[in-house]
Amino acid sequence: MDIKGIDKIIEKHGGVAGLLIQVLLEIQGENHWLPKEALERVSERLRVPMSRIQHIATFYKAFSLVPKGRHEVHVCTGTSCHVRGASRILDAVKDHTGIEPGETDVDSKFSVETVNCLGCCALGPLLVVNGKTHGRLSPAEASEVMKKYG
Amino acid sequence: MGIVTLTIDNREVKAEEGMTVLEAARGAGIEIPTLCWHEKLKPYTVCRICVVDVDARGWTSLDTACSRPVKEGLVVRTRSAKIDRIRKTILELLLAHAPDSPKLREYASEYGADRDRFEKDPSFCIDCGLCVRYCAEVKKKNAVGFVDRGIRREICFVPEVALRECNGCKECFPLCPTSYLQAAFVLVQALTAPAQPEKP
Ligand code: SF4
Ligand code: FES
Repeated sequence: MDIKGIDKIIEKHGGVAGLLIQVLLEIQGENHWLPKEALERVSERLRVPMSRIQHIATFYKAFSLVPKGRHEVHVCTGTSCHVRGASRILDAVKDHTGIEPGETDVDSKFSVETVNCLGCCALGPLLVVNGKTHGRLSPAEASEVMKKYG
Repeated sequence: MGIVTLTIDNREVKAEEGMTVLEAARGAGIEIPTLCWHEKLKPYTVCRICVVDVDARGWTSLDTACSRPVKEGLVVRTRSAKIDRIRKTILELLLAHAPDSPKLREYASEYGADRDRFEKDPSFCIDCGLCVRYCAEVKKKNAVGFVDRGIRREICFVPEVALRECNGCKECFPLCPTSYLQAAFVLVQALTAPAQPEKP
């Protein structure tokens, strides 16, 4: 993502400091992480000090300050998914990717995160890859899903 | 500015409107402990150590003296069994993070707080925000801020700003209620840490 793209997002929000989180969310959405150069640009244009941006970008889990893998994997470990065996789904995902929640593998192929409820408990246990929801999975089926992404 | 009369620890105290209970009490020589308060900074009300009993026209409540504005007829108690107990627990919790802080230990002996009550997790910082707010509000440099949240919250210097500003200032170091070295250490960390990872 280049400076122009960032400026476009900032201008879309009218360059208002109060919309800092919206701006960051949009950069995160397009770029999948928040590079330092992007944050510096936002700081400059919105006139919000870096210390504040740093605080906000580390406060919310929606933001990432490190590059993410090409495939973003979310395993729901909320109460319903937990009782329906989320931990074994997570094990299958960990086996396939070789990484723990919160990490990205060396080839930048996968990033794995756990989430606490996605709001569709009836589909549990849930595995979400790149925004696509896979529900009512067995661990073996979870492995199959993961294989489709390499 | 009008003058109001309030009662603090059974003493009649006169204070200017707009003052806080803490300022009024200190003006009258009544000591209330504080950790996150600083005269040049806006009240932050995070440490809660300054908690007092406030009676406003029959409504009693606990409030932080550092933020509560004075009012005509207010009745304030700065010490009671209940307040001492609250302060003792706060101190015990903070001492788990900064067991050797001189200021905390001084208050601990005053309130009978047991330094070993809770399992130690010496992060040294008690998140009072004095360094962060002083840099932002007084110096207007924003060289240091908080990062992360909850139990993982800590201070962090912005290396680019710190490199420019901190060497000639360092005014936040002596403000820290736990240790002069805390901010110094984090500053050095910021200036020596490797740069961010490159783009993939
Ligand atoms: S380093 Fe010290 S002054 Fe700064 S927030 Fe932590 S305890 Fe407060
Ligand atoms: S001094 Fe009042 S809350 Fe910290």
